[in-house]
Amino acid sequence: MSKVYIALQDNDESRYIVEAIEESNPDATVIHMPAMIRIEQENRLVIERKVVEEKMGRDWDVQELHINLITLGGNVDEDDDQFVLEWKQ
Amino acid sequence: MAAKKLNIKDKYRLLTRDLDWDFSYEDPKKAFPYEEFEGIKITDWNKWEDPFRLTMDSYWKYQAEKEKKLYAILDAFSQNNGHLNVVDPRYVNAVKIFLTGVSPLEYQAYQGFAHVGRQFSGVGARVACQMQSLDELRHVQTQIHAMSHYNKFFDGFQEFSHMHDRVWYLSVPRSFFTDARSAGPFEFMIAIGFSFEYVLTNLLFVPFMSGAAHNGDMATVTFGFSAQSDEARHMTLGLEVIKFLLEQHEDNVPIVQKWIDKWFWRGTRLLTIVAMMMDYMLPNKVMSWKEAWEVYFEEAGGALFKDLARYGITMPKYADVIEKEKEHISHQAWWTFYTHGHAAGFHTWIPSDQELDWLSEKYPDTFDKYYRPMWELAKEQEAKGERFYTSGLPQLCQTCQIPMLFTEMDNPNQNSMRDTVFDGERYHFCSDGCCDIFKDEPEKYVQAWLPVHQIFQGNCGGPDVGDILSDYYRMNVGVDNMDIKDSPDEQRWNKWKGVA
Amino acid sequence: MPVFALKPGYQGERMDRVENFGGNQIVYFGWDEHRMFCAAKAFPLPPSMPFSAVMEQIIPEAFGQHPEFSQINWDSVEWMLNNEPFKPQLDVSLEAQGVDHKSLIRFKTPGLTGYNGLGV
Ligand SMILES: [Fe+2]
Ligand SMILES: [Fe+2]
Ligand SMILES: [Zn+2]
Repeated sequence: MSKVYIALQDNDESRYIVEAIEESNPDATVIHMPAMIRIEQENRLVIERKVVEEKMGRDWDVQELHINLITLGGNVDEDDDQFVLEWKQ
Repeated sequence: MAAKKLNIKDKYRLLTRDLDWDFSYEDPKKAFPYEEFEGIKITDWNKWEDPFRLTMDSYWKYQAEKEKKLYAILDAFSQNNGHLNVVDPRYVNAVKIFLTGVSPLEYQAYQGFAHVGRQFSGVGARVACQMQSLDELRHVQTQIHAMSHYNKFFDGFQEFSHMHDRVWYLSVPRSFFTDARSAGPFEFMIAIGFSFEYVLTNLLFVPFMSGAAHNGDMATVTFGFSAQSDEARHMTLGLEVIKFLLEQHEDNVPIVQKWIDKWFWRGTRLLTIVAMMMDYMLPNKVMSWKEAWEVYFEEAGGALFKDLARYGITMPKYADVIEKEKEHISHQAWWTFYTHGHAAGFHTWIPSDQELDWLSEKYPDTFDKYYRPMWELAKEQEAKGERFYTSGLPQLCQTCQIPMLFTEMDNPNQNSMRDTVFDGERYHFCSDGCCDIFKDEPEKYVQAWLPVHQIFQGNCGGPDVGDILSDYYRMNVGVDNMDIKDSPDEQRWNKWKGVA
Repeated sequence: MPVFALKPGYQGERMDRVENFGGNQIVYFGWDEHRMFCAAKAFPLPPSMPFSAVMEQIIPEAFGQHPEFSQINWDSVEWMLNNEPFKPQLDVSLEAQGVDHKSLIRFKTPGLTGYNGLGV
């Protein structure tokens, strides 16, 4: 098993995305560093559009993630409803 | 009637794949002349996957938003004299290295991706490379813009692109990219798209940029993270390229493995300077180089190679050496620059006592034993009024072009030196890794433009080092170089801060 | 394996052939286990230079800044030329004793183990 991870700029929008990630991935670890937030989890991590929209209180396009994204590790799969990071080992 | 909104997958299919055409009266081999000579076999470009499925229209939309955010911060930074908020003027010297050593690589990446974006016959790969090419152009532009503010207040920024082409230590990053760009398109993708973007840029743009924030440099952290938001897409492209090549044909596996071995070694050598920037040039520490290496190379890279194991790909050659060197290279590099501070385009210094203690704590197995004594000697010399600047010019590695400063991991007191003879001439290397790379393609590396040898051939003006620095490198001698103590940078800073 | 090239027979130009150095050849000198000098040093020298001139002009210029330099007992120094043991002959030219272009000369100083005995 290996960890997938994602790092976001520490700003107002990311805060909601991080909340949504925590809700969709209860076992994820959230690490705060200067100006950035890193979230990691064994094997798989999902960001669900519905959950982010709930937290933000507005429509949210999964591709908006690019604006606040710093880096990631894992195979990406993105569609209209979710963004998945995964290792296939 | 309102137009129905297309979903991402359909949009990607229509706006990317459907833009391609078949060649009916021209020979496709003539249209894509670089696609076969490296021995890579592609049987079906349609198997290419782009997981982000980003189309050009969304690309412009999101990039424009990123730019707006970035420039708003850069404007605020300069309107508020943001340079006064950095914790210490020593920090700004890391920014000088960035502008002279890294930003021009963004430009080389732009050129490289524009080239391969033309040369692949698969449209999915072409569009992804074109986007990356535009990203890299954005990176160099935003970086120059951000750092131009520092140029108004500090020395050493003014001739960055001229310096990149000529200065001795900058031949290291420059030749790294020219090596990749003069290779075939698939090797370029493994070199830059995969090895460099996937694992190595993280070490520069994530922990170092977080460190910039921690040292009060809002401009750098902002362009850094803004660039890095594109890197996430670049990393994904790199990973897709490698999976695609490995799935296309089993004959590709040994070729790809060879490139991985080569470019991970080249990359770790290149990052030596980043190691030094993190451990020695950030007054407020976030994490040590060793810690960053463990998170981003060993952990993240380890997971990646486990994922690739199913194709028969193994960890890069000499990963065991790399693991040991993480305890040494930052110290060796800073010592090299400190002792060559008269010939560097930025300032150097002896770490403070507090910093020496932090280094001891972070490197318990190596710092006190091998590196603290150097600084004790440097302090002794400085106290005698003989600040140590080494005489002469160093021997360089033919492959990585770094002075031969690395040591043997089984005897860290002794420099590591390798050599080989090709076509009647002897060549020298810092390591087995660099020696292997040369031996594999000696016809290429015999043409290395080694700055020390070029000086001795009379191609850099001189013969006085001072004349070479001022006329050929365009450094302001006595201003840009030497110790930070009593430098014009330091004097101005003290005046701004009201320090006597 | 040869380089992957578009055309067969690719050969880059050798940048550092001896003819390019105006009558000199490059010789590198390194003092083992003395890391005060981060790397071996390069010098352009006439092939006809006798080793005595190397000892008088080049070695002190390269390594004289080290606090142990004045204590070196040159009779006990162990030399290596291109990875082989080497006995320099003072009145013989570099060329005549096998020091050719881009040769590496290393020396060890038994008993002198660097600043505070720590290899620096
Ligand atoms: Fe970039
Ligand atoms: Fe990039
Ligand atoms: Zn090397």
